[in-house]
Amino acid sequence: MSNLAPTKREVPVNSLASRTGLAAWFRPYVTSTVGSKMLVAVTGLMLTGFVLAHMIGNLKIFAGRTALNDYAAFLKSLGPLLWVARIGLLVVFALHIYLALKLKKRSLEARPINYAYQNTMIASVSSRTMLWTGLAILAFTIFHLAHFTFGWVGPVEANGKMVGNHEPNDAEMPTRHDVYGMVIHGFRQPVVSILYIVAQMLLLMHLGHGIPSTFQSLGLNTPRTQRMIRAVGWLLALVIVAGNIGIVVGVWFDFVKP
Amino acid sequence: MNLTLNVWRQKDRNAAGRMETYKASHISPDMSFLEMLDVVNEDLIKTGKEPIAFDHDCREGICGMCSLMINGMAHGPERATATCQLHMRKFRDGDEITIEPFRARAFPVLRDLVTDRGALDRIVQAGGFVGVNTGGAPDGNEIPIPRERQETAMDAAACIGCGACVAACKNASAMLYVSAKVGHLVNLPQGQPERQQRVRAMVAQHDHEGFGHCTNQYECQAACPKEISVGFIAQLNREYLHSSFGFAEREDSSTGVG
Repeated sequence: MSNLAPTKREVPVNSLASRTGLAAWFRPYVTSTVGSKMLVAVTGLMLTGFVLAHMIGNLKIFAGRTALNDYAAFLKSLGPLLWVARIGLLVVFALHIYLALKLKKRSLEARPINYAYQNTMIASVSSRTMLWTGLAILAFTIFHLAHFTFGWVGPVEANGKMVGNHEPNDAEMPTRHDVYGMVIHGFRQPVVSILYIVAQMLLLMHLGHGIPSTFQSLGLNTPRTQRMIRAVGWLLALVIVAGNIGIVVGVWFDFVKP
Repeated sequence: MNLTLNVWRQKDRNAAGRMETYKASHISPDMSFLEMLDVVNEDLIKTGKEPIAFDHDCREGICGMCSLMINGMAHGPERATATCQLHMRKFRDGDEITIEPFRARAFPVLRDLVTDRGALDRIVQAGGFVGVNTGGAPDGNEIPIPRERQETAMDAAACIGCGACVAACKNASAMLYVSAKVGHLVNLPQGQPERQQRVRAMVAQHDHEGFGHCTNQYECQAACPKEISVGFIAQLNREYLHSSFGFAEREDSSTGVG
């Protein structure tokens, strides 16, 4: 240990007990390094659950136009419930990004002068690029919403005429939106489909470190389970990404008939 | 052996430092890394130059005083070995070796390669006391402790507080250190009454000292000369959660710890 006489510490030990109330009880989870990581982990797990459900739902595209468009119409018919889910998801997404950036800022400040000789012993590439893969996924998510949810990215051809990406244009039920046709049109554009595949690769890297990492941050890891959790995390990430890429490739090779 | 050394030189806490190059000649492969620096310093003194300041004490790998970032690795390339036990036979004749101090905002450089690691002592101080009976020596085996438990506590207590975990961490986090200190007490019956306050206070002091957060890259475990497991960080996280649920939350529980 250091040969210098330690100076008096400045944090009151009983700051925990001196405050009461739910807000004070929860405060350390927003302010401390350990607590913030737990919130990043919990929100990360929620987002993982979302992308998994999103992927499984979208696999309906392989069941044909009616199946996918029925599914889309069902989600829209949820009405207020859909908005609760959307706002909830937005809050979770925002909290995940905000806390991660806050922690990153903190750790950059924790080492003002970096090493001249940079070296890494065991830290994986995916763990060292979480910030960049995360920000890229955020940018992709914004594009993805603009593309398919808001329909801002280009008009599409449907029923032989050019219409807005998001207008009712289902050939079978003219009053509803043809999600199936929109997806096929989207992924027939090489630039767009390659962008989606690249984004999925980044998602694989992000989740590959992220999913196992949540178990460590929430204290659910032990030396005995560490390797298994790591393998299961990567497998789950791979399943999500493979399912999503499968849709793009399915459109390319006409497994999804126009 | 003849070597080229790039060494960080810094006059004092406030001076700006820089890397300087030195030749180390006639080095025996049987020398320890610190003995090699002793030889270099002898030459520097003979030529009227200021010797390189570095921390050391027991030179048998048990005190935690030696440090050094050697080619970007805390305590050099050999696993489970402190710098004082690292031998020059691990290097090749003609090698260029970069030697830097442990870098963290919480570890200010005092001179050349000497850093103030008092922040780690203040974390232990913040942990407060452990309730034990004083007086005559207790009988052996008076408090029953299962052997597995005892070994786990001992694994954590093997920490020598050198700060290599902080130096190796990409975020300059001291989480492995904190988890070792929390882990060796929480696994023993003696540490139980103060269990909840202790983990909160130590994490609060850790954050207050300006260390970064844990991103589960496990560089710390790879760098640790005592091979402290990151399993203790998971246990620390569990303890942090545990501290939110229990009677330590009572308003009148100001036990005056510390």
